[in-house]
Amino acid sequence: MNTAQNVTVTAPPGDSETDRLEALLGQVSDPEIPVVSIRDLGILRDISLDGGQVTVTITTTYSGCPAMSTIKADIRQTLSDAGYQDVQVKQSLSPAWTTDWMTAEGREKLREYGIAPPQKSVDGRCAVVSPGTAVICPQCSSEHTECISEFGSTACKALYRCLECAEPFDYFKCL
Amino acid sequence: MNSNSDNKEAGKQDIVNYAIALGDDSLTLGHRLSEWSSNAPFLEEDLALSNVALDFIGRAMMFYSYSGEAEGAERNEDDIAYLRDCREYRNLLICELPIGDFADTMARQFLVDVYDVGFYTELMKSADETLAAIAAKAVKESRYHLRRSEEWIKRLGDGTDESHDRMQRAFNDVWGYTHELFEVDKTEQSLINAGIAVDRPALKADWERYVQSVLKEATLDTPDGQWSIRGGREGMHTEHLGYLLAELQFMQRAYPGLEW
Repeated sequence: MNTAQNVTVTAPPGDSETDRLEALLGQVSDPEIPVVSIRDLGILRDISLDGGQVTVTITTTYSGCPAMSTIKADIRQTLSDAGYQDVQVKQSLSPAWTTDWMTAEGREKLREYGIAPPQKSVDGRCAVVSPGTAVICPQCSSEHTECISEFGSTACKALYRCLECAEPFDYFKCL
Repeated sequence: MNSNSDNKEAGKQDIVNYAIALGDDSLTLGHRLSEWSSNAPFLEEDLALSNVALDFIGRAMMFYSYSGEAEGAERNEDDIAYLRDCREYRNLLICELPIGDFADTMARQFLVDVYDVGFYTELMKSADETLAAIAAKAVKESRYHLRRSEEWIKRLGDGTDESHDRMQRAFNDVWGYTHELFEVDKTEQSLINAGIAVDRPALKADWERYVQSVLKEATLDTPDGQWSIRGGREGMHTEHLGYLLAELQFMQRAYPGLEW
């Protein structure tokens, strides 16, 4: 189920240059949540190399996410700093991004950063919380938490409070 | 590519116009919701309304950039949003109405959210791949929007006398604008027949059933539907759209070609 390996690289296997590109793009982070990279989030979908031209395909998270334009600019900047002048960033709509594409590593980084990672979807459907499961406090690991608001500081997060340690925290919503 | 090339060609501009109309629905409602930024009753609600606004504006961007590409890349999404006047906008009238008070905003939002969940679920099956892909994103967001607006309707409807009365008045005031959600013209009907557009009249029964059950739980009466107003898809708007566009388009009108 975990499609952590979902970045396709359109190049011969073992090609060192595409490995290098993938590593470089692994440094591009979400401007709102700097601890996770675009690879951790599962929004990096494809890297292709054609002669000198690099085409990077990313997927939109939320329709109106204001971070997308910054992410595109950061991809261009990162690759240009590494000597790639001819870079195209494409945005793909389909298949629609889901938080299920977030890597295990990404989830752990979020938790360490103080954001509860998204739950896995159930039957391809999910809203804030899948029924019957609790959002676990990233501070004290308690399951005794409550939702304060279904929208937090950004569209992708909801605001929660831990009833055990009393800390408020962000929950990265399941989408 | 398609043997039925006559149909295909005739439909091209119709698809562009259809996508623009869907973008117009999203942009006008998104802009209205954004008017709550820094004005909502409390902080969490302010963030919520602003985030919902962003989802709608994002949808508009996807619909507009698709229509721009489909018609030959002469206009981009900004040109389509900023450089058309009222009569060229094709949004459903309910989307352009002023935000009113919180009850007005939530009544309209709930009615549109129920409609959007039904609409985008169907649009996901569109023969047009891009429209189907946009719908697949939008439907997830709309389900989430609906959870929230529905909660508010129940809480305020079944709340104090004051909140009940204001919620009821809000539904009475907006109800006449809902009929248009389920009416299509000939061009749209031909897109429905081609499997591209959503058969909106077919959504009405489910929509009514859902809305009525929530209103009942909220101890509210379903308005009697004695009046109705229509015209958005033909470019015939209420007086409110002009004011909305005046604010939305001011910078591009005052400083054409401005970028930042």
